[in-house]
Formats: sequence, C-alpha cells, structure tokens
Amino acid sequence: MSTSHASPRETTEGTVYTVTGGDWDEVVQSAARADDERIVVNMGPQHPSTHGVLRLILEIDGETVTEARCGIGYLHTGIEKNLEYRTWTQGTTFVTRMDYLTPFFNETAYCLGVEKLLGIEDQIPDRASIIRVLLMELNRLSSHLVCIATGGMELGATTIMIYGFRDRELILDIYELITGLRMNHAYIRPGGLAQDLPPGAVDQIREFVKKMKKNLPEYDKLATGNPIFKARMQDVGYLDLAGCMALGATGPILRSTGLPHDLRKAQPYCGYETYDFEIPTADTCDSYGRFLIRLEEMRQSLKIIEQCLDRLQPGPVMVADKKIAWPAQLALGPDGLGNSLDHIKKIMGTSMEALIHHFKLVTEGFRVPPGQTYAAVESPKGELGVHVVSDGGTRPYRVHFRDPSFTNLQAMAAMCEGGQVADVIVAVASIDPVMGGVDR
Amino acid sequence: MGLEEKLPSGFLLTTVEQAAGWVRKSSVFPATFGLACCAIEMMTTGAGRYDLARFGMEVFRGSPRQADLMIVAGRVSQKMAPVLRQVYDQMPNPKWVISMGVCASSGGMFNNYAIVQGVDHIVPVDIYLPGCPPRPEMLMDAILKLHQKIQSSKLGVNAEEAAREAEEAALKALPTIEMKGLLR
Amino acid sequence: MSDVSDNGVNPEKDLSASNLPGQRGQGGEEIRVQRGMFGASNGGDTSGYGGLVRSVRLPGPASRPYGGWFDEVADELEGALEEQGLLPGNAIEKTVVDRDELTFHIEREHLVSVARTLRDDPALRFELCTGVSGVHYPNDKGRELHAVYHLRSITHNRVIRLEVSCPDSDRHIPSLFSVYPTNDWHERETYDFFGIVFDGHPALTRIMMPDDWQGFPQRKDYPLGGIPVEYKGAQIPAPDQRRSYS
Repeated sequence: MSTSHASPRETTEGTVYTVTGGDWDEVVQSAARADDERIVVNMGPQHPSTHGVLRLILEIDGETVTEARCGIGYLHTGIEKNLEYRTWTQGTTFVTRMDYLTPFFNETAYCLGVEKLLGIEDQIPDRASIIRVLLMELNRLSSHLVCIATGGMELGATTIMIYGFRDRELILDIYELITGLRMNHAYIRPGGLAQDLPPGAVDQIREFVKKMKKNLPEYDKLATGNPIFKARMQDVGYLDLAGCMALGATGPILRSTGLPHDLRKAQPYCGYETYDFEIPTADTCDSYGRFLIRLEEMRQSLKIIEQCLDRLQPGPVMVADKKIAWPAQLALGPDGLGNSLDHIKKIMGTSMEALIHHFKLVTEGFRVPPGQTYAAVESPKGELGVHVVSDGGTRPYRVHFRDPSFTNLQAMAAMCEGGQVADVIVAVASIDPVMGGVDR
Repeated sequence: MGLEEKLPSGFLLTTVEQAAGWVRKSSVFPATFGLACCAIEMMTTGAGRYDLARFGMEVFRGSPRQADLMIVAGRVSQKMAPVLRQVYDQMPNPKWVISMGVCASSGGMFNNYAIVQGVDHIVPVDIYLPGCPPRPEMLMDAILKLHQKIQSSKLGVNAEEAAREAEEAALKALPTIEMKGLLR
Repeated sequence: MSDVSDNGVNPEKDLSASNLPGQRGQGGEEIRVQRGMFGASNGGDTSGYGGLVRSVRLPGPASRPYGGWFDEVADELEGALEEQGLLPGNAIEKTVVDRDELTFHIEREHLVSVARTLRDDPALRFELCTGVSGVHYPNDKGRELHAVYHLRSITHNRVIRLEVSCPDSDRHIPSLFSVYPTNDWHERETYDFFGIVFDGHPALTRIMMPDDWQGFPQRKDYPLGGIPVEYKGAQIPAPDQRRSYS
C-alpha cells in the first residue's frame, strides 16, 4: 500500500489534486484488469421512454447491447381473478381496462367467447355486429395513433406526438358521444351492446372520416420520407418470419415479414368476411416496415368504417332472448344518469314478474352452460385470444386473456441483442406493448 | 434553501410565504409517473387540446430529482409499491402528490391481491382525484386546486402552527355517523 | 314478438328442454357439486330448494365421427403418433368436441412428443402456439390443475386445444418451451398463478408477482383480496382486517 502523497499541481484550469493513499491503487489496478466495459443497465420500471412501467435490464458493452431482458408485472392487476367474482355481464367492465388503448377489442373478444359458450353467436343482431366492427376499427385508428405518437416522442420527435394526440381526441369525442366515456367503455356486452347509437353519431363519424382522410397524409409528410426518421427505424428491431413463429409474435410484427396473416380474413368474426379491405404487409422485418403497416392499416380502417356507416339499418342491438338480454334499454335522463323511466314505471307499477325478472337478471345474472371456449380477434397489436371456462354458474369460472402485447414483448430480446442502446427504444416502440395488456 | 424556514413569525415570514408560494405554484415540475389508463389521460392533458403548458406545468421530468409533483396516474400494484416509494424519496422537498384516479386513491374496482388499496398507504397524498379515468379537465382542476394549496402553504413556525391547528380541527370534527340531515 | 307474454317469458318456448341448462356430454369431468339453488352456504333454507343436489360436469368425450376437419386432424395425429411407435390410446386420454372446438386431452408424459408432431407433421402444421392458460378444479380429485394450450395452424387455418392435467400433490407438467419458445413467458405466468412446475423450462421464475410472493394467487383456494401492504418492514393490515368504519 502506498503511503506517499502527491502534491497538488497548479494548472491553467486551477489546482489539480491527485488521489492516492488508502486502497486507491488496488482499485485502479482491478479496474485495469477488467478489460471489458461490460455494464448492466437497469431501465425502468419508471422511465419516460419505456412505454409505461416496463423494466428493461440491458447488459451493454460500450454502446452495444449484448443481452436484453424484460422485467414485467409492475402493473399486474389481477383482473382475471376479479372476473371470477363478478357476473358475466359485469366482466366487460373489467376486461375493458386490460389493454386500455384497445378497450373495444377486449370487450368484443370476451363477449364473443361468452356468446360461443351460450351458443347464441347466430342470434346477435346485425346492427350490433356492425356497430362492433365500427367501434373496433375506430379503436384500431386510435391505438395506432398512440403507437405512432408515443413512438415518435421516444425518438425525440415531439411534433408527431402532438399530431397523434390531436387526431386521437377526435376519436375519443366519438367514443364519448356513443358510450358516455372517453376510455374504459364497457359498451359491448354479451349478447349485443349496452345501448344503441345516439342521434348524431353517424354524422359525427362521417365528418371525422372526412377530416381524418385529410390528416392522415400529414403523417406521411412528417415521417415517412423523413431521413432522420428512416435512419432511426430502418433495419432496427429485425425479426424474421421464423423468429415470429417461434416467439408467437402476431400483428404488425408478423405482417412486417411479408406474411398476410390477419384473423379478420383468416377466421372472420362479427361479419368481417363481408367487408372489403386489404391486409397491408411489408418485407423489411424492421421497425420502419411496422410503421408503414400501421399507417396503411389506418387507411384500411377508414375504408371499413365507411362501409359500416353505409350498412347501418335500424334494428335491435341486443339478442331477443330475454333470459340473456339486459332487461332495459338504457336512456340518458335529464339528470345525466342512464335509467329508462318507462322501464322503471313498468316494473315498479304494473308487472311484478317483470320486476322479479329484472332483479334476478341484474343482480344474479344469467347462467352459462359448463364448458370452455377460445375466441380470438385481431387487435391492433396482434391476436387477442380469450379462453373462457364456465362451470354452469352465473360467474366465469376462469377467464384467461392471451394478450398480444404480452407475447410480442418476448421478442424484445431477439430484436435488441447485438444492436445499439438507442435502438432498444425504437424496437420496443415498434412492438407497441401496452403494459395494462401485458400484465393484466 | 432552508433559510426561509428559520425566519421568525411575523410580517417578514408571511411576505416570504406569499412570494415563495407564488413562485412555487407557478412552475411545478411534475415527475412522469404514468402507470395505467390514467397515464394516457395525463399525456392527453399535456398534448395539444388541453395544453397543460398554460399552467406552467408542461415540463414533465424524467428524473424525480428535478421534479416536485408526483402524479400517481393509475393502479399501484404490490410489485410497483417499493419503486413508487423510492421515486418519491428521491424527489427533493417541497414535494406534492396527486393521486389520480380511483385505483390510486382507494384501489377502486380492483379490490384484489395485486393492487395496493390506495397509494396513501405508501406516500402522503395532497389531492385525491376521482374518476376512472378522470377527464383531462378534472386533472387540470386538481392541479389548480393544488396550486391554491401551494400558494397558501406556510413556512417555518407558521407551518408548525398550521399543522397543530389542522390536527385539532380533525380531532374535533363530527364523525359522519353523527351527522344529521341530508348528507351532501 | 306476439307470442311473448307481458313479462317477456314465453312458458311454452322458454321451458322446452333445449332452453334448460341440462347435462352436456355425459361422462365429462365433474367439477363441482351444486347444493341448493342460489349458492348460499349459511343461513336457513328459506327457498325450499336447499335439498337440491346437482353435479356439474364439463362436456364429455366425443365419439367418431367428430365432423368437419376434426376427423382429418385426429386421424393424422393418430397416424403420426403410431409412426413414432406411440400408441394413440396411451397419449390421447380423450377427445372432446364441444361448441365446434376440438380438444385433445393429453397424458402429460407424452405432451412434448404430441406437440412436436402437431407442429412438424405437414398435414397438421400447428406452427403457432397461443400460450398456456391454467385452470384450477379443486374438486376434480387427482386432476386438480389443468394446463390448456391453444394451437393455431396458419397453413391450414385451424385451431385446436390441448389439455393436460396434473394432480395438486404432484404439480409437474413437461415444458413446451423446446417446441414452442413462445411459451417461455406463458409458462412462467401459469407457474406464477397456479404453481404448476413446467419441467424443462430454462428459467421458471415468477413473472407477474414479486419474487418473494407467498402462494399462487389465481388458484381457487387463494382469497381474492385481503393482502397486507408490506414496505421496508412496515406493515399495513389488509383492508378486511383494519378497523371497520361504521
């Protein structure tokens, strides 16, 4: 151990002291022995550019990521367990909060599963199915907008974020008009919908489509040809078809490998086989391809929305079976609450049987025959599957969501390892994970 | 700086209080603590239409060491709780907490094993903001209410006095069960 | 509708056998016994239905023909298993067809070879696994824990379901990680929530809950809530154990 002290030196910048003494020499020597610059960086779970409460554990050598791992579960909400303590209808209130950027997809997938268990898929009124498709496609737009907006923000392009949220607000206005809420709607119910479209909704959606057709090219102008944007995104987050299949990645990630797999075409639900639209693909397998696919999917969604609006015919939005259908069509009262005064007058004043029926159905719920089923929809992020098990009771026995974000996020390691640290952010943004869906 | 906490009570202290309150409320830096659905509404509040910049609050800081307001936006899981507390501990004084949404305030509809039933078990909360999720207008209202609170906050001996008074008032308060008449 | 009475119930139509919850597929697994009508366990029997005892069964095994492409898949699978020297009767416990869905109940020791066959056989080609879902049937003695896999074939545009069960006393199921790497996180999740140990998984650790969590929260014997908050040694009791508010 050295005990000598180096004296301070005077330089032009001021006095410089040289550190000596103690175990300093050993520290310096051991640092010199470790020839690699391998460090482990912990990003998150509270980091502004990790898309919510995602924790990334990166082992980096200089600027290169040698190993990448995800830590998830920081938003685990136990929704699947909570569902087992509520009736089948109340379940929609929970599932809508799973992936909070795609509420209508969660609700539809869940309701399709329950309807399959009940065996009433064929009895769902056309109008209900069309409105489901309409809302899902609007939702695809709003989800992709957030993906592009936050993805841009994470690249440092705040302008894109402002644009994305500007257009998303227009869609949220439509949601609010139709369902009463900006997010977490619980509007799609087993058997149909909570209520019909309010007056003025169709006009507002038509106006929105017109406006959105004007706004969408702005993203092209702003980002698609932008050299900085391209340099950051091209060849970053590479995952080919074999990787996608092995890791179970679906959605834009799978389609960016050139495989046009989309459940809306492959296994249509809600009458998607009757709509005219295309499945955009790319063959670049990278983040830029996924970005282009999302842009093109938004255009296709607008096309589907227009077809939905043309098809809407007046009619019921709930199955005719009174043992399943919610007893009252709710109406917006002057106090802003959703009671139907006519219905209350009937059950409280004239029909005791109707009161009993209302009471049983609302408090206890309907029974679902025992069995299990799997229903899947194509959410903006990929295949959203629901495994629903019933034991013949009024509450689900087990509901499991196969959330696309959860599965796709596994691909993060395959996309990032060997790349630069800055590219990790781009790759994760191109997966578009929503932690509410990942952790549930 | 700490100096203002040592001033004797009186005219000087109240003047400094007002000045400090005004300065503090006019440039609150929120830490980004987005967790779930509420985080999206929080981002919306910062974006074009609602424009939080009007209240001098658009600078969301990534580092808690530069922030003085934590907006806990969303459900806090048992796994997230220690992280949340650590972020709070890293924030310099004075600091405030808005519990945004019912999940953060009380656990909300998720009365289960995974969710902490109210973030006030972990950090002290200044404003509880109901809603699932609260609209951006509601968040702005909560922020304005917090601004008022910051403006009228006391320093030094006055702060101690205010705390004592608040506790006495709380002890004397009539329990809800003994209240009569229409509760509203 | 004209034939519906004022209260919305049509006795002739609604009380026909097809509308009543009946036994679907005799011989399925009994998952619970329902006593009484309304599920109340304490208090007197005021309804008069308290003596009702009914066993709830899942849909039972189906017999040939299964219909549609189900027979084709079943034939191919059985043929391919025989080629490998595996008796289909040993590997496939039973085949259930319910609600237009095909389910193979697989013996757990043969799960990996069955899955590999389903993935690799050109006539089957179930190349995408959509993960594992655990289900806990505490009353299904000896088969309490089920792992349910859904396999999707993009080539042939089909979906099938594999179901594997294991007793609660021996919670081991072979991991499908080697066949479908996507099951990495899914199996960790199922382990985290149900305690099923997937043998052969490279790193079977908790994924959603904190690493030091006690118990498996989505099992039926785990309470929904009432978990105390613990932080730095300090403990705040669970909501149901705090003082009650009047």
